Amino acid sequence: MIFKRPSSSDSAPSDSAVEQMVRSHRLRPLELLPWIVVVGAYFVFPEYLPLGSQILIMILFAISLDLILGYAGIITLGHSALFGVGAYAAGIYALHVTGEPLSGLVVAAVAAGIVGFVSGLVILRTHGLTLLMLTLAITFLIAELANKAGFITGGADGLQGIAMQEIFGQFRFDMFGRTAYVYSAVVLFLVWLFARLLVHSPFGRSLTGIRENVTRMHAIGTPVRKRLVTVYTISAMLAGLAGGLLTHTTQFVGLSVLSFERSGEIVIMLILGGIGRLYGAFVGAAVYMIAQDELAKADPVFWYFWIGLLLVLIVMFARGGILGLVDQALRLVRRKP
Amino acid sequence: MRFWKSLIATAAVALLPWAATAQTVKIGIINTYSGPNATLGEQIDNAIKLYTKEYEKNLPPGVKIELIRRDDTGPNPDVAKRLAQELITRDKVNMLAGVVWTPNAAAIAPLATEAKIPFMIMNAGTAAISTMSPYIARVSFTLWQSSHPFGIWAAKNNIKKAFIAVSDYGPGHDAEAGFEKGFTDNGGQIVGKVRMPLANPDFVPFMQRIKDSAPEALFVFIPAGRQATALMKAFGDLGLDKAGIKLIGPGDITTDEELPNMGDAAIGVITMHHYSAAATRPANQAFVQAWKREYGPNTTPAFMAVGGWDGMAAIYHAVREQKGRIDGDKTMALWKGWKNDQSPRGPIMIDPETRDIVQNEYVRRVERVGGALANVEFETIPMVKDPWKVINNRK
Repeated sequence: MIFKRPSSSDSAPSDSAVEQMVRSHRLRPLELLPWIVVVGAYFVFPEYLPLGSQILIMILFAISLDLILGYAGIITLGHSALFGVGAYAAGIYALHVTGEPLSGLVVAAVAAGIVGFVSGLVILRTHGLTLLMLTLAITFLIAELANKAGFITGGADGLQGIAMQEIFGQFRFDMFGRTAYVYSAVVLFLVWLFARLLVHSPFGRSLTGIRENVTRMHAIGTPVRKRLVTVYTISAMLAGLAGGLLTHTTQFVGLSVLSFERSGEIVIMLILGGIGRLYGAFVGAAVYMIAQDELAKADPVFWYFWIGLLLVLIVMFARGGILGLVDQALRLVRRKP
Repeated sequence: MRFWKSLIATAAVALLPWAATAQTVKIGIINTYSGPNATLGEQIDNAIKLYTKEYEKNLPPGVKIELIRRDDTGPNPDVAKRLAQELITRDKVNMLAGVVWTPNAAAIAPLATEAKIPFMIMNAGTAAISTMSPYIARVSFTLWQSSHPFGIWAAKNNIKKAFIAVSDYGPGHDAEAGFEKGFTDNGGQIVGKVRMPLANPDFVPFMQRIKDSAPEALFVFIPAGRQATALMKAFGDLGLDKAGIKLIGPGDITTDEELPNMGDAAIGVITMHHYSAAATRPANQAFVQAWKREYGPNTTPAFMAVGGWDGMAAIYHAVREQKGRIDGDKTMALWKGWKNDQSPRGPIMIDPETRDIVQNEYVRRVERVGGALANVEFETIPMVKDPWKVINNRK
């Protein structure tokens, strides 16, 4: 059961469940660590900023997936459809309306949100394997639509000639990727604040409830399907935001944003980091992208092997992902004395 | 363990910055090394390696060329763009080269312009690519370059009615438009057109439809590789050959490395292309021999390998002329009008106006030569410029 988070009750048996819930809102100092890294990386690795901004975008994408996969337990292999809709919406908007980035992000999020809402209404009637197949099918449908509608999407050649304006009329997207990095980081920070609020809210709790025991949630009168469609739409908007960011920072959109491979990759990143814990997205996306970059540089032909090996090891020995491993280690240390 | 070795090598290089002098020319190669399309990248990469091995000694004394390879994993423009960005800003490359896919080339183009980095396209074949940046030059081909003259040739060689079937993506559309224009301008008639899905197509229903419309020839374009074999099989199984329909197309449908898998179904197929490994030019025989010596007697270089090979020739030319001190604009000036009579594909030139390749196109028929299938060239259309740019007056 890799989709289940190790229950938190065994960490400190003396706490009551209520106390734990109340405490979980509070910002722990450790939660600032990712942000120290994000800011520090800007100064320490100025030559790695293009990779950095793509990592930030993937983290944002992974957070959006974590909301539905990790918290609500909606198993999907079609998240790239929403990411891609956002990317194309941002690209088409920039090409035909204006190259102003911030309004472009809103357009991306809304477009993906609409697709998420409509598809969510249909597919969230099902669950398990059926749901998985439906998410896949929707990805293929949208990818094929984008391929066929070449007059607006550029088809297999991609959407060319996107020229972004300066952010606030001030910050030009430079070749070294500085603006792109800061831009992605700020958007990610806001999304993180929002997602953190969401998962600790009663709404977020009810999602966990639905994941753990749907029948009971039905029994206590939770409008399960409404909740699921809501979170699916929110997640779609965030995925669209990530897609829009990718368009803005690369100023190009190709069919690969809609590919099934991207859906698979993001699930892998999330599992690698640890699902249902918000920070798994940070760790997973960063580790996966950096490992991929370094391995592919060292051995451009054979690097997929090492990625595969890494995944096998994680799935075999660290069911909760890297963060799960860290948890176990901390627990061991605490128990010793 | 190659990984550790290269890790140590990287560390060593990082610790010894003074080892890299101003005379080292860095070339960033963006190519597809992994995933289902790795065989395409492998052809290009093997040609690059072979060229380096044969000609490294001809560089001016003290000048070295360092190749930095990066894997774009397939048609992934965002990855390709990031790699190009990193190669330019972090590795400080003097030139970019490679690129199998059109969208990847299109994503990199604005970077080449902004950084004034010469960018040598070794494969991607959509006609418009070379217009996207003044720092792009191309040594591969365009689909128009083979399909348009082929349309003319077909119309003049007693084919009056043709059916067009292409894969549904950029190059397919180019092939379709090019052939149709050349063919109909010279009195031919198109009796039907169909666009087939790019991924995992089943050719049987298409072949049935084509058979029913009874053309004299079927013009096909599908991406080079395995699909062509499946298409040949469907063509033969449904008896289109017995119905008197000729199978024709650009050389992508009978690539040299795929021919052995096709068997007798391919015999008699007529194609037009800029390269055949079976060509008897001395420069080509030397190239094929060197290839077989290096990579084994059962391997065959295909047109992608020739793209990599000639791309390296152009790069070496620019490096030699500038004695290793590379300037973006000077390099482009050196490439414009660059000629090579010793290319395996015959004489080639980079058009000074469009920076695109000008090359011979050959009409070839698949025949059995010495026990193996080969594309035998029997007619030459000399020095074809990309017709799309000529017709549309694009530069």
